[in-house]
Amino acid sequence: MASINQALLDLKRLDQLAAGGTVLHRLDPRAKVLATLVFIVSVVSFGRYELSALIPFLFFPACLIALGELPAGYLVAKVALVCPLAVAVGMFNPFFDRSVMAHLGPLDITGGWISFASIVLRTALTVGAALTLTALTGFPAICNALERLGMPRAFAMQLLFLYRYLFVLTEEGVRAARARELRSFGKTGDGLNSYASLLGHLLLRTWQRAERMHMAMLARGFSGVLPGRDCSRFGAPELAFLLLWSALCVMLRLNNAPRLLGALVTGQLP
Amino acid sequence: MHMADALLSPTVGGAVWAVSAGGIAWCSARLRRESDDRQAPLMGVLGAFLFAAQMVNFTIPGTGSSGHLAGGLLLAILLGPPAAFLTVASVLMVQALFFADGGLLALGCNIFNLGFIPAFVVFPLVYRRFIGHAPGRFRQLTVTMTASVIAMQLGAFAVVLETVASGVSSFPFSRFLLLMQPIHLAIGLVEGAVTVAVVSFVRKARPELLQQAIGVPAVAERSRASICAFFLAVSVITAGGLSSLASEQPDGLEWSVAKVAGAAELEGARQGVHALLAAMQEKSAWFPDYSFDSAKPPVDPPRSPAAAGGAAASGTAVSGLVGTMLTLFLVFSAGWLLKKGSRATVAPEG
Repeated sequence: MASINQALLDLKRLDQLAAGGTVLHRLDPRAKVLATLVFIVSVVSFGRYELSALIPFLFFPACLIALGELPAGYLVAKVALVCPLAVAVGMFNPFFDRSVMAHLGPLDITGGWISFASIVLRTALTVGAALTLTALTGFPAICNALERLGMPRAFAMQLLFLYRYLFVLTEEGVRAARARELRSFGKTGDGLNSYASLLGHLLLRTWQRAERMHMAMLARGFSGVLPGRDCSRFGAPELAFLLLWSALCVMLRLNNAPRLLGALVTGQLP
Repeated sequence: MHMADALLSPTVGGAVWAVSAGGIAWCSARLRRESDDRQAPLMGVLGAFLFAAQMVNFTIPGTGSSGHLAGGLLLAILLGPPAAFLTVASVLMVQALFFADGGLLALGCNIFNLGFIPAFVVFPLVYRRFIGHAPGRFRQLTVTMTASVIAMQLGAFAVVLETVASGVSSFPFSRFLLLMQPIHLAIGLVEGAVTVAVVSFVRKARPELLQQAIGVPAVAERSRASICAFFLAVSVITAGGLSSLASEQPDGLEWSVAKVAGAAELEGARQGVHALLAAMQEKSAWFPDYSFDSAKPPVDPPRSPAAAGGAAASGTAVSGLVGTMLTLFLVFSAGWLLKKGSRATVAPEG
């Protein structure tokens, strides 16, 4: 139960980060969404044995976290916890791919280990970018940006409704689960039967809530469109932000920056 | 079950995203045409319900582990396919942004695996075809169970296909399949049991809710099936066509093998796009063809090619390692400085 409450608090904390007032928070969300997409596509377009060229991509989340005054430790811990599938599947790479690719002194490094490390690094980069985007922009603003970039209005409305009732219903579910847990002793009472009727009641209550909401919305003159604030505009700062990051991503995609840097240093100090 | 960005290639991710985005556009247009504005709040709250339901667990008898609901099929039974698809897609989007389940590129795959397959493949072809109008207990149990298991199996199969087609993981196709399908057989059985239990609860408490989705006229069903077939065909063609297109060029794999192994240059990479990129790289590189002995004059007595390759490889490896460390250091110090700088500018105001 503690973990559920923890998850809920975690969700709220990420949501509240978007209320910050830094320069990055004030940018038009479309610029941030597009820059994040360019970043993710650049990262995943590398070959599977690429490791060193991925490292400089850490600049993107690091700069955004620092300039956006986000809690770095919290985001890093969140990144470290996620993506079980990627790591679980990647873990098998060293077993299937045993061709030796590099030597580090007497140690032979197989392709499997390199590609596993690459998968872990990619996970950290892509997940970190997605979380940073959420923390800098906030969910409603991301929906707004996507709608203005061409997402269908019905889907945007669905996302906004979901977001508004997410916290309400999750708390209701947590309360119901806690009540059941307090009433079940040892291992009796938390089986499928009580689960199904708990979930069923939650479903029916949800349905009734939706009907009440619909009536309330009609009473307030709902016309099929949620009013949103379309006041932000895509100006020069947004264009500069987008161009800067896209250019950096493309450049880092085409050049292996760490290797160039290393050559510079080792070349000058033989 | 959630696909991850790190396992996807841009070609596969983009192709599946195109299919999912097409699905979202079509469903949105369809719901708009139906113009039942009761549907909007209902879908939103049911999406939130799925979240709430996933926070509650139950104990699976005999195993000690716990399970919970995924809900694609349940929503299709309650809302009908288009609304269920949009609801699942929205839930997955929130998961991608807040919990970073998967990622933004993999979101397309996840919407396809967990939303499209249950709503547009399994629900019309299995569930609605066999459930009938007034099902008995046995029929309800077997049909819902079968549909859940098939949905999970197809979803897991799609994950395997997407992973193998991307080629980031080196899992062989057959072994990955043998690993994934049995696990998802168990998950599908649990999901089926929960779906049966909740649906029969609703059937007892408010049977009229279930009639809405089942009682869609047969004409709509036919058009839906044809559209579903269309989307499947498009996805197969796009994925197949694009990936064969992509693999005609010397792709990331061979290219990076050569890089990591330290072979100086690949012969085949001297044409087309790669030649262009290589030319750009040579211009922008400070030390083209670097290695430890590159500073020596080239009139050295010729050594055996293997030895030369080895020296070049170790040179490349060392400079790569040093550069990596330096870059990491730069990243962290940049982050630290930026943070410090922004604090310093904020502090006087406060």
